[in-house]
Amino acid sequence: MSRSDVLTGADWVEAHGSDPGVVLVEVDEDTSAYDKGHIRNAVKIDWKADLQDPVRRDFVDKAGFEALLSERGIANDDTVILYGGNNNWFAAYAYWYFKLYGHHNVKLLDGGRKKWELESRELVTEVPQRAKTSYHAQEQDQAIRAFRDEVVAAIGNKNLVDVRSPDEFAGRLLAPAHLPQEQAQRGGHVPTAKNVPWSKAAEEDGTFKSDDALRKLYGDEAGLDFGRDTIAYCRIGERSAHTWFVLHELLGQPNVKNYDGSWTEYGSLVGVPIEVGDAK
Amino acid sequence: MTAEGCGAPAGGAPVSAAKDAGNQAVVQGKVTRNGSAVQVGYARLLNSGGDFVAEVPLGEDGGFRFFAAPGSWTLRVLAPGNIRAERVVSADIGRVTELEVAV
Repeated sequence: MSRSDVLTGADWVEAHGSDPGVVLVEVDEDTSAYDKGHIRNAVKIDWKADLQDPVRRDFVDKAGFEALLSERGIANDDTVILYGGNNNWFAAYAYWYFKLYGHHNVKLLDGGRKKWELESRELVTEVPQRAKTSYHAQEQDQAIRAFRDEVVAAIGNKNLVDVRSPDEFAGRLLAPAHLPQEQAQRGGHVPTAKNVPWSKAAEEDGTFKSDDALRKLYGDEAGLDFGRDTIAYCRIGERSAHTWFVLHELLGQPNVKNYDGSWTEYGSLVGVPIEVGDAK
Repeated sequence: MTAEGCGAPAGGAPVSAAKDAGNQAVVQGKVTRNGSAVQVGYARLLNSGGDFVAEVPLGEDGGFRFFAAPGSWTLRVLAPGNIRAERVVSADIGRVTELEVAV
Protein backbone atom coordinates (compact mmCIF):
# COMPACT_ATOMS: atom_id res chain seq x y z
CA MET A 1 0.00 0.00 0.00
CA SER A 2 1.38 3.40 -0.91
CA ARG A 3 0.60 6.83 0.47
CA SER A 4 -1.49 7.68 -2.56
CA ASP A 5 -3.82 4.78 -1.67
CA VAL A 6 -4.71 6.30 1.68
CA LEU A 7 -3.94 10.02 1.41
CA THR A 8 -4.83 12.73 -1.04
CA GLY A 9 -3.92 16.39 -1.33
CA ALA A 10 -5.78 19.68 -1.47
CA ASP A 11 -5.06 20.24 -5.18
CA TRP A 12 -6.64 16.87 -6.03
CA VAL A 13 -9.67 17.67 -3.90
CA GLU A 14 -10.10 21.06 -5.57
CA ALA A 15 -9.93 19.40 -8.99
CA HIS A 16 -11.98 16.25 -8.28
CA GLY A 17 -14.02 16.85 -5.15
CA SER A 18 -17.20 17.25 -7.18
CA ASP A 19 -16.59 14.31 -9.53
CA PRO A 20 -19.23 11.56 -9.63
CA GLY A 21 -18.17 8.72 -7.36
CA VAL A 22 -16.24 11.02 -5.01
CA VAL A 23 -17.74 12.05 -1.68
CA LEU A 24 -16.05 14.55 0.60
CA VAL A 25 -16.90 14.10 4.27
CA GLU A 26 -15.98 16.50 7.07
CA VAL A 27 -15.63 14.96 10.53
CA ASP A 28 -14.55 17.47 13.10
CA GLU A 29 -13.80 17.61 16.77
CA ASP A 30 -15.73 20.86 16.76
CA THR A 31 -18.98 19.54 15.36
CA SER A 32 -20.18 23.05 14.53
CA ALA A 33 -17.19 23.83 12.29
CA TYR A 34 -18.91 22.41 9.20
CA ASP A 35 -21.84 24.77 9.58
CA LYS A 36 -19.55 27.80 9.53
CA GLY A 37 -17.92 26.71 6.28
CA HIS A 38 -16.74 23.53 4.60
CA ILE A 39 -15.15 22.35 1.37
CA ARG A 40 -17.57 22.62 -1.53
CA ASN A 41 -19.85 19.57 -1.82
CA ALA A 42 -18.67 18.06 1.45
CA VAL A 43 -21.22 16.36 3.67
CA LYS A 44 -20.90 16.19 7.45
CA ILE A 45 -20.64 13.29 9.83
CA ASP A 46 -20.87 14.08 13.54
CA TRP A 47 -18.43 11.77 15.34
CA LYS A 48 -20.68 11.66 18.37
CA ALA A 49 -24.29 12.01 17.26
CA ASP A 50 -23.83 9.88 14.11
CA LEU A 51 -21.19 7.34 15.11
CA GLN A 52 -21.84 6.61 18.80
CA ASP A 53 -24.67 4.50 20.16
CA PRO A 54 -26.91 6.90 22.11
CA VAL A 55 -27.39 4.53 25.04
CA ARG A 56 -24.61 1.94 25.31
CA ARG A 57 -20.96 2.91 25.20
CA ASP A 58 -20.30 1.51 21.75
CA PHE A 59 -20.50 2.37 18.08
CA VAL A 60 -23.68 2.44 16.07
CA ASP A 61 -24.32 -1.09 14.87
CA LYS A 62 -24.07 -2.32 11.28
CA ALA A 63 -27.65 -1.38 10.49
CA GLY A 64 -27.11 2.05 11.98
CA PHE A 65 -23.98 2.61 9.89
CA GLU A 66 -25.83 1.48 6.78
CA ALA A 67 -28.67 3.89 7.52
CA LEU A 68 -26.23 6.74 8.13
CA LEU A 69 -24.30 6.30 4.90
CA SER A 70 -27.45 5.72 2.89
CA GLU A 71 -28.95 8.93 4.25
CA ARG A 72 -25.76 10.88 3.47
CA GLY A 73 -25.85 9.59 -0.10
CA ILE A 74 -22.69 7.49 0.11
CA ALA A 75 -22.60 4.34 -2.03
CA ASN A 76 -20.47 1.24 -1.55
CA ASP A 77 -18.30 2.00 -4.56
CA ASP A 78 -17.81 5.70 -3.81
CA THR A 79 -14.37 7.06 -3.03
CA VAL A 80 -14.75 8.73 0.36
CA ILE A 81 -12.36 11.57 1.19
CA LEU A 82 -12.37 12.39 4.89
CA TYR A 83 -11.03 15.57 6.41
CA GLY A 84 -11.29 17.46 9.68
CA GLY A 85 -9.56 19.79 12.08
CA ASN A 86 -6.86 19.19 14.64
CA ASN A 87 -4.48 17.31 12.33
CA ASN A 88 -7.31 15.12 11.04
CA TRP A 89 -7.78 13.69 14.51
CA PHE A 90 -11.47 12.85 14.13
CA ALA A 91 -11.23 12.27 10.40
CA ALA A 92 -8.68 9.54 11.12
CA TYR A 93 -11.11 8.10 13.64
CA ALA A 94 -13.82 8.06 10.98
CA TYR A 95 -11.36 6.49 8.53
CA TRP A 96 -10.75 3.65 10.99
CA TYR A 97 -14.50 3.39 11.53
CA PHE A 98 -15.19 3.15 7.77
CA LYS A 99 -12.56 0.39 7.56
CA LEU A 100 -14.12 -1.32 10.56
CA TYR A 101 -17.37 -1.65 8.60
CA GLY A 102 -15.60 -2.69 5.42
CA HIS A 103 -15.57 0.49 3.29
CA HIS A 104 -12.13 0.18 1.71
CA ASN A 105 -12.17 3.01 -0.82
CA VAL A 106 -11.48 5.77 1.67
CA LYS A 107 -8.69 8.35 1.99
CA LEU A 108 -7.70 11.23 4.22
CA LEU A 109 -7.10 14.73 2.92
CA ASP A 110 -3.52 15.25 4.10
CA GLY A 111 -3.40 18.24 6.45
CA GLY A 112 -7.16 18.28 6.80
CA ARG A 113 -9.16 21.39 7.45
CA LYS A 114 -6.29 23.25 9.10
CA LYS A 115 -3.96 23.18 6.11
CA TRP A 116 -6.89 24.03 3.85
CA GLU A 117 -7.75 27.07 5.99
CA LEU A 118 -4.16 28.19 6.45
CA GLU A 119 -3.80 28.16 2.67
CA SER A 120 -6.94 30.32 2.43
CA ARG A 121 -8.71 27.82 0.17
CA GLU A 122 -12.44 28.14 -0.50
CA LEU A 123 -14.98 27.24 2.18
CA VAL A 124 -18.72 27.43 1.51
CA THR A 125 -21.83 27.14 3.66
CA GLU A 126 -24.20 25.58 1.13
CA VAL A 127 -25.04 21.97 1.98
CA PRO A 128 -25.00 19.57 -0.98
CA GLN A 129 -28.11 17.54 -1.75
CA ARG A 130 -27.13 13.96 -2.45
CA ALA A 131 -29.57 11.25 -3.52
CA LYS A 132 -30.07 8.55 -0.93
CA THR A 133 -28.34 5.21 -1.47
CA SER A 134 -28.78 1.66 -0.20
CA TYR A 135 -25.48 1.17 1.56
CA HIS A 136 -24.46 -2.33 2.66
CA ALA A 137 -21.84 -2.57 5.42
CA GLN A 138 -19.72 -5.58 6.34
CA GLU A 139 -19.57 -7.10 9.81
CA GLN A 140 -17.07 -5.27 12.03
CA ASP A 141 -13.46 -6.20 11.26
CA GLN A 142 -12.28 -7.22 14.72
CA ALA A 143 -8.71 -7.45 13.42
CA ILE A 144 -8.39 -3.70 13.89
CA ARG A 145 -10.36 -3.22 17.14
CA ALA A 146 -9.05 -4.19 20.60
CA PHE A 147 -11.09 -4.76 23.75
CA ARG A 148 -10.00 -4.45 27.36
CA ASP A 149 -9.11 -8.09 28.10
CA GLU A 150 -6.84 -8.09 25.09
CA VAL A 151 -5.08 -5.01 26.41
CA VAL A 152 -4.49 -6.59 29.82
CA ALA A 153 -3.17 -9.73 28.11
CA ALA A 154 -0.88 -7.62 25.95
CA ILE A 155 1.08 -6.23 28.91
CA GLY A 156 4.64 -7.36 28.34
CA ASN A 157 3.66 -9.35 25.25
CA LYS A 158 2.69 -6.86 22.55
CA ASN A 159 3.54 -3.29 21.72
CA LEU A 160 1.26 -0.98 23.66
CA VAL A 161 1.34 2.60 22.42
CA ASP A 162 -0.15 5.28 24.62
CA VAL A 163 -0.63 8.21 22.28
CA ARG A 164 -1.78 10.78 24.83
CA SER A 165 0.29 13.76 25.91
CA PRO A 166 3.15 13.14 28.38
CA ASP A 167 1.14 14.77 31.18
CA GLU A 168 -1.77 12.40 30.61
CA PHE A 169 0.62 9.43 30.36
CA ALA A 170 2.24 10.37 33.67
CA GLY A 171 -1.14 10.79 35.36
CA ARG A 172 -0.91 14.55 35.89
CA LEU A 173 -3.78 15.26 33.47
CA LEU A 174 -6.83 13.11 32.77
CA ALA A 175 -7.86 14.76 29.50
CA PRO A 176 -6.24 16.75 26.69
CA ALA A 177 -5.34 20.28 27.74
CA HIS A 178 -8.06 21.96 25.70
CA LEU A 179 -10.78 20.18 27.65
CA PRO A 180 -11.86 20.36 31.30
CA GLN A 181 -10.07 17.80 33.41
CA GLU A 182 -12.16 14.85 34.56
CA GLN A 183 -11.83 13.19 37.93
CA ALA A 184 -13.80 9.95 37.61
CA GLN A 185 -10.93 7.55 36.98
CA ARG A 186 -7.34 6.92 37.96
CA GLY A 187 -4.52 8.62 36.13
CA GLY A 188 -1.55 6.85 34.62
CA HIS A 189 -0.94 4.35 31.85
CA VAL A 190 -0.98 0.63 31.03
CA PRO A 191 2.28 -0.93 32.25
CA THR A 192 4.86 -1.46 29.48
CA ALA A 193 3.15 1.07 27.19
CA LYS A 194 5.39 3.41 25.23
CA ASN A 195 4.34 7.04 25.14
CA VAL A 196 4.33 8.43 21.63
CA PRO A 197 1.94 11.40 21.54
CA TRP A 198 -0.20 11.08 18.43
CA SER A 199 0.63 14.60 17.33
CA LYS A 200 4.31 13.74 16.85
CA ALA A 201 3.26 11.97 13.64
CA ALA A 202 2.04 15.25 12.17
CA GLU A 203 3.82 18.32 10.93
CA GLU A 204 2.63 21.68 12.23
CA ASP A 205 0.37 22.12 9.19
CA GLY A 206 -1.36 18.83 9.99
CA THR A 207 0.19 16.74 7.22
CA PHE A 208 1.77 13.42 8.08
CA LYS A 209 5.53 13.18 8.45
CA SER A 210 7.50 11.13 5.94
CA ASP A 211 7.63 7.35 6.28
CA ASP A 212 11.31 7.55 7.25
CA ALA A 213 10.60 10.10 9.97
CA LEU A 214 7.69 8.00 11.25
CA ARG A 215 9.75 4.81 11.37
CA LYS A 216 12.43 6.67 13.30
CA LEU A 217 9.84 8.11 15.70
CA TYR A 218 8.14 4.81 16.57
CA GLY A 219 11.08 2.46 16.09
CA ASP A 220 14.39 4.12 16.95
CA GLU A 221 13.10 6.70 19.41
CA ALA A 222 10.15 4.97 21.11
CA GLY A 223 11.49 1.44 20.86
CA LEU A 224 8.49 -0.23 19.26
CA ASP A 225 9.29 -3.73 18.04
CA PHE A 226 7.94 -3.75 14.48
CA GLY A 227 7.99 -7.55 14.59
CA ARG A 228 5.29 -7.60 17.27
CA ASP A 229 1.57 -6.93 17.16
CA THR A 230 0.53 -3.51 18.41
CA ILE A 231 -2.39 -1.99 20.31
CA ALA A 232 -2.77 1.79 20.39
CA TYR A 233 -4.89 3.64 22.90
CA CYS A 234 -5.55 7.18 24.10
CA ARG A 235 -8.44 8.49 26.20
CA ILE A 236 -11.52 7.61 24.12
CA GLY A 237 -9.98 6.08 20.99
CA GLU A 238 -9.84 9.01 18.58
CA ARG A 239 -6.23 10.08 18.87
CA SER A 240 -5.18 6.43 18.79
CA ALA A 241 -7.12 5.99 15.54
CA HIS A 242 -4.73 8.59 14.11
CA THR A 243 -1.78 6.50 15.30
CA TRP A 244 -3.46 3.33 13.99
CA PHE A 245 -3.60 5.06 10.61
CA VAL A 246 0.11 5.85 10.78
CA LEU A 247 1.23 2.38 11.82
CA HIS A 248 -1.21 0.29 9.77
CA GLU A 249 -1.95 2.39 6.70
CA LEU A 250 1.22 4.44 6.20
CA LEU A 251 3.92 2.14 7.60
CA GLY A 252 2.13 -1.08 6.63
CA GLN A 253 2.38 -2.82 9.98
CA PRO A 254 0.17 -5.91 9.62
CA ASN A 255 -1.38 -6.35 13.07
CA VAL A 256 -2.34 -3.06 14.67
CA LYS A 257 -5.49 -2.57 16.71
CA ASN A 258 -7.13 0.51 18.12
CA TYR A 259 -8.42 0.13 21.69
CA ASP A 260 -11.36 2.53 21.56
CA GLY A 261 -12.29 1.92 25.20
CA SER A 262 -8.94 3.53 25.96
CA TRP A 263 -8.10 5.26 29.20
CA THR A 264 -11.65 6.22 30.17
CA GLU A 265 -12.34 2.48 30.32
CA TYR A 266 -8.98 1.10 31.45
CA GLY A 267 -8.46 3.78 34.10
CA SER A 268 -11.85 2.90 35.62
CA LEU A 269 -11.40 -0.88 35.70
CA VAL A 270 -11.11 -2.55 39.09
CA GLY A 271 -8.04 -4.65 39.70
CA VAL A 272 -5.96 -3.97 36.59
CA PRO A 273 -2.34 -2.84 36.87
CA ILE A 274 -1.56 0.85 36.35
CA GLU A 275 1.74 2.67 36.23
CA VAL A 276 2.17 6.35 36.96
CA GLY A 277 5.01 8.68 36.21
CA ASP A 278 6.89 9.84 33.17
CA ALA A 279 8.09 7.56 30.41
CA LYS A 280 11.28 5.76 31.34
CA MET B 1 -16.95 12.36 33.79
CA THR B 2 -18.42 14.41 31.02
CA ALA B 3 -20.09 12.55 28.19
CA GLU B 4 -18.71 15.08 25.77
CA GLY B 5 -15.68 12.97 24.98
CA CYS B 6 -13.06 14.91 23.10
CA GLY B 7 -15.43 17.28 21.38
CA ALA B 8 -14.39 20.87 21.90
CA PRO B 9 -16.01 23.83 20.21
CA ALA B 10 -13.98 26.42 18.36
CA GLY B 11 -12.31 28.68 20.85
CA GLY B 12 -12.20 25.91 23.44
CA ALA B 13 -14.69 24.55 25.91
CA PRO B 14 -16.39 27.07 28.22
CA VAL B 15 -15.51 27.38 31.88
CA SER B 16 -18.52 27.36 34.18
CA ALA B 17 -18.07 31.02 35.05
CA ALA B 18 -15.97 33.31 32.92
CA LYS B 19 -13.51 34.29 35.64
CA ASP B 20 -13.81 31.24 37.88
CA ALA B 21 -11.28 28.54 37.11
CA GLY B 22 -12.58 26.21 39.86
CA ASN B 23 -10.03 23.42 40.15
CA GLN B 24 -8.74 23.96 36.62
CA ALA B 25 -5.56 25.70 35.43
CA VAL B 26 -7.04 27.78 32.63
CA VAL B 27 -5.06 29.56 29.92
CA GLN B 28 -7.28 31.64 27.68
CA GLY B 29 -7.23 34.76 25.56
CA LYS B 30 -7.79 36.35 22.20
CA VAL B 31 -5.83 36.76 19.01
CA THR B 32 -6.10 40.14 17.32
CA ARG B 33 -4.67 41.87 14.30
CA ASN B 34 -4.81 45.64 14.05
CA GLY B 35 -7.29 45.61 16.90
CA SER B 36 -9.72 43.18 15.26
CA ALA B 37 -10.31 39.55 16.19
CA VAL B 38 -8.50 36.95 14.08
CA GLN B 39 -11.34 34.54 13.31
CA VAL B 40 -9.49 32.01 11.18
CA GLY B 41 -6.48 30.49 12.83
CA TYR B 42 -5.28 28.00 15.40
CA ALA B 43 -3.91 28.20 18.92
CA ARG B 44 -1.50 25.46 19.92
CA LEU B 45 -0.30 24.69 23.43
CA LEU B 46 3.25 23.36 23.75
CA ASN B 47 4.76 22.01 26.97
CA SER B 48 8.00 23.21 28.50
CA GLY B 49 9.89 20.74 26.32
CA GLY B 50 8.42 22.32 23.20
CA ASP B 51 6.17 19.34 22.46
CA PHE B 52 2.64 19.85 21.14
CA VAL B 53 -0.07 19.18 23.71
CA ALA B 54 -3.32 20.57 22.34
CA GLU B 55 -4.79 22.76 19.64
CA VAL B 56 -8.06 24.62 19.12
CA PRO B 57 -9.36 26.63 16.19
CA LEU B 58 -9.88 30.27 17.13
CA GLY B 59 -13.43 31.29 17.93
CA GLU B 60 -15.35 33.99 16.12
CA ASP B 61 -14.02 36.47 18.67
CA GLY B 62 -10.45 35.23 18.12
CA GLY B 63 -10.67 33.40 21.43
CA PHE B 64 -9.00 30.23 22.69
CA ARG B 65 -9.04 28.33 25.98
CA PHE B 66 -6.95 25.51 27.43
CA PHE B 67 -7.18 23.50 30.63
CA ALA B 68 -3.54 22.91 31.44
CA ALA B 69 -1.56 21.49 34.33
CA PRO B 70 0.32 23.89 36.60
CA GLY B 71 3.57 25.02 35.04
CA SER B 72 5.09 26.88 32.13
CA TRP B 73 3.61 26.58 28.65
CA THR B 74 4.13 28.07 25.23
CA LEU B 75 1.15 29.28 23.26
CA ARG B 76 1.68 29.31 19.49
CA VAL B 77 -0.74 30.95 17.06
CA LEU B 78 -0.99 29.99 13.37
CA ALA B 79 -3.07 31.97 10.91
CA PRO B 80 -3.36 32.26 7.10
CA GLY B 81 -0.61 34.26 5.45
CA ASN B 82 2.15 32.40 7.33
CA ILE B 83 1.34 34.33 10.48
CA ARG B 84 2.93 32.85 13.59
CA ALA B 85 3.23 34.20 17.10
CA GLU B 86 4.34 32.73 20.42
CA ARG B 87 3.86 33.63 24.06
CA VAL B 88 5.21 31.90 27.17
CA VAL B 89 2.61 31.60 29.92
CA SER B 90 2.38 29.99 33.34
CA ALA B 91 -0.71 28.19 34.59
CA ASP B 92 -1.88 27.45 38.11
CA ILE B 93 -4.79 25.49 39.53
CA GLY B 94 -7.67 27.79 40.39
CA ARG B 95 -6.43 30.62 38.18
CA VAL B 96 -7.52 31.90 34.77
CA THR B 97 -4.44 33.17 32.94
CA GLU B 98 -5.55 35.72 30.33
CA LEU B 99 -3.49 36.90 27.43
CA GLU B 100 -4.06 38.84 24.23
CA VAL B 101 -1.90 37.96 21.29
CA ALA B 102 -1.53 40.66 18.65
CA VAL B 103 -0.18 39.28 15.39
